[in-house]
Amino acid sequence: MLPELSHEEILRYSRHLLIPEVGMEGQRKLKASSALVIGAGGLGSPVALYLAAAGVGRLGLVDYDVVDGSNLQRQVVHGTGTVGRPKVESARARLLDLNPDIQVDAFNEPFTSANAMRIAEPFDILVDGTDNFPTRYLSNDVCVLLGKPNVYGSIFRFDGQASVFYAKEGPCYRCLFPEPPPPGLVPSCADAGVLGVLPGTIGTIQATEAIKMLLGIGSPLVGRLLLYNALDMTFEYVKLKKNPNCKICGPHPEVTGLIDYDAFCGVPALRQAQGGVHEEGSAGRDWDITATDLAAKIGRGEKLRLIDVREPHELEISYIAGAELFPLGELASRLPELDSAQEMVVFCKTGTRSRRALEMLVSAGFRKVKNLRGGINAWAEEVDKSLPVY
Amino acid sequence: MSKNKTMPIIRIPTPLRPYVNGQGEVPVQGKTVAEVMQDLVTQFPSLRPHLYNSEGQLRPFVNLFLGADNVKELQGLETPLNETDTLILIPSIAGG
Repeated sequence: MLPELSHEEILRYSRHLLIPEVGMEGQRKLKASSALVIGAGGLGSPVALYLAAAGVGRLGLVDYDVVDGSNLQRQVVHGTGTVGRPKVESARARLLDLNPDIQVDAFNEPFTSANAMRIAEPFDILVDGTDNFPTRYLSNDVCVLLGKPNVYGSIFRFDGQASVFYAKEGPCYRCLFPEPPPPGLVPSCADAGVLGVLPGTIGTIQATEAIKMLLGIGSPLVGRLLLYNALDMTFEYVKLKKNPNCKICGPHPEVTGLIDYDAFCGVPALRQAQGGVHEEGSAGRDWDITATDLAAKIGRGEKLRLIDVREPHELEISYIAGAELFPLGELASRLPELDSAQEMVVFCKTGTRSRRALEMLVSAGFRKVKNLRGGINAWAEEVDKSLPVY
Repeated sequence: MSKNKTMPIIRIPTPLRPYVNGQGEVPVQGKTVAEVMQDLVTQFPSLRPHLYNSEGQLRPFVNLFLGADNVKELQGLETPLNETDTLILIPSIAGG
C-alpha cells in the first residue's frame, strides 16, 4: 500500500501530479521510496536538494567532513552560516527547510566496509557522489551485493561522467573499471580544481536518473555512460556491457563480500610513501621538510633551489619569491635542467603533486631533494601570512 | 604536428592533457588500435606510464572507445582503424 498524500503535499507536488508519467501514483511511490546519497559535497548537494524537493520520502546522507569556505563555490546545499559544521548536519537542515515532509537520516561518519552494508541496507537506491576511488569501489560493491542500483557521477575540471550501474540489468562500475588507477595518477578536485557548476550539471543528471529508477519510467543510463564536457558543451554516450570476467558481478565472482578498499586502491602504499619514498636505501629517511624549517634554512643563507610544480596560472594566486616553475606534467622532460648535486625543495599547493614530483626525482637518481609538507598553503599559514590559502 | 584528416585521431581526456602539450585531440599513425596507441606514447613518452604498465601492457583502467563501442567488444587492440576514425580515451575520474 502506497502512502496517501496530504492536501499540503498535493499542492507542493502539483507540477509532478500534472505529468502523466508521475501523477498521483508516482508521487506516492516517491513518498514511499528512499535514496542514500554518498558524499554531501559537489555532486551530493544538487542530488540531495532535488531528491528532497521531489518528495523522495527518506533520504540518507553519508559524509564525515565539515563545511569549509572553499566548498561553497559548488556545494550549494551548504551556506556561509554552516561553515565549520558537519556537512551532513548542514545539509539536513537545508533539506528539511526545503521539504519538512521528508525524513533525512544523517550519517556523520566515513562510509567504510565496516558500516556500509548496515547504512545502505534500508535504502532503495544509492547515489555515488564521493570524491575518491576507494569509496567508489565500495559503493559499487555494496550495490552489487545488495542488488541495488548505483547512480554514478564523477567530475574532473570540465569533464563529467554519469551512468546507472545496476548489476541485475547491466554492467557495474567494475565492469568498466576493473582496477583503479595507481594512487596519485588522477589528481583530486582539491589539487586540480573543478568548475563550480559542473557538479551541478552532473548531480542533477544523477537526481534525474534516481527519480526515473524509483518511478520505473523512461530509459535510464543502465548500460550507457554519459560523457559531458562543459568547455565544448558536448554530451556523448558510449555503450557499456557487462564484463563476463567481472570480479563481482560476473558469473564466477571472486569478490563475494566487502574488501579493504584502501588497500585495493593502493592508499596504504601512498600513506607509507608520506614517510619515505619506496626506493632502495631510502628506508626511514625523512623526505619532508616543514615550511618553518625551510624558512629557517633560507634565513641561514643555505643554497637551495625551490621547485614549484604547480601550473602557471596558480602563480597568480600565490608564489614564493625565487621559486622556479616546473609544472608536474613537464618535469619528466625537463630533468636535464636540474642538477642532482644541488639541494632542492619541491612544492605545490598542498604537497600531493610535489610528492609525485619527489618520487619522480628520486627514481631518476636525485637524493638531495625534499618535499615541502603541506605545500605553499602551509607556507602561507606558517611563514608568509600575506599569502592567501586556497 | 598539424591536424590531418588522413590520420586517425585519439581524443585525450582532461587529466591526461598536460602530457600531450594540452591538446584535446592528437593525430596518430597506425592501422590498428595497438599501433596508434604505440604511436601516441612514442610522440609523448611522458604519457606512457599513465597508459602502460612496466610489462608493456595497457593498464586495466584505460578504456578505449571507437564510436560508442568499447574496443574490447570489437577486436580489442587488433581492431582496425581507418583514417577518419576517432578513438576516445575514457579516463577513470573520481571527483565529486
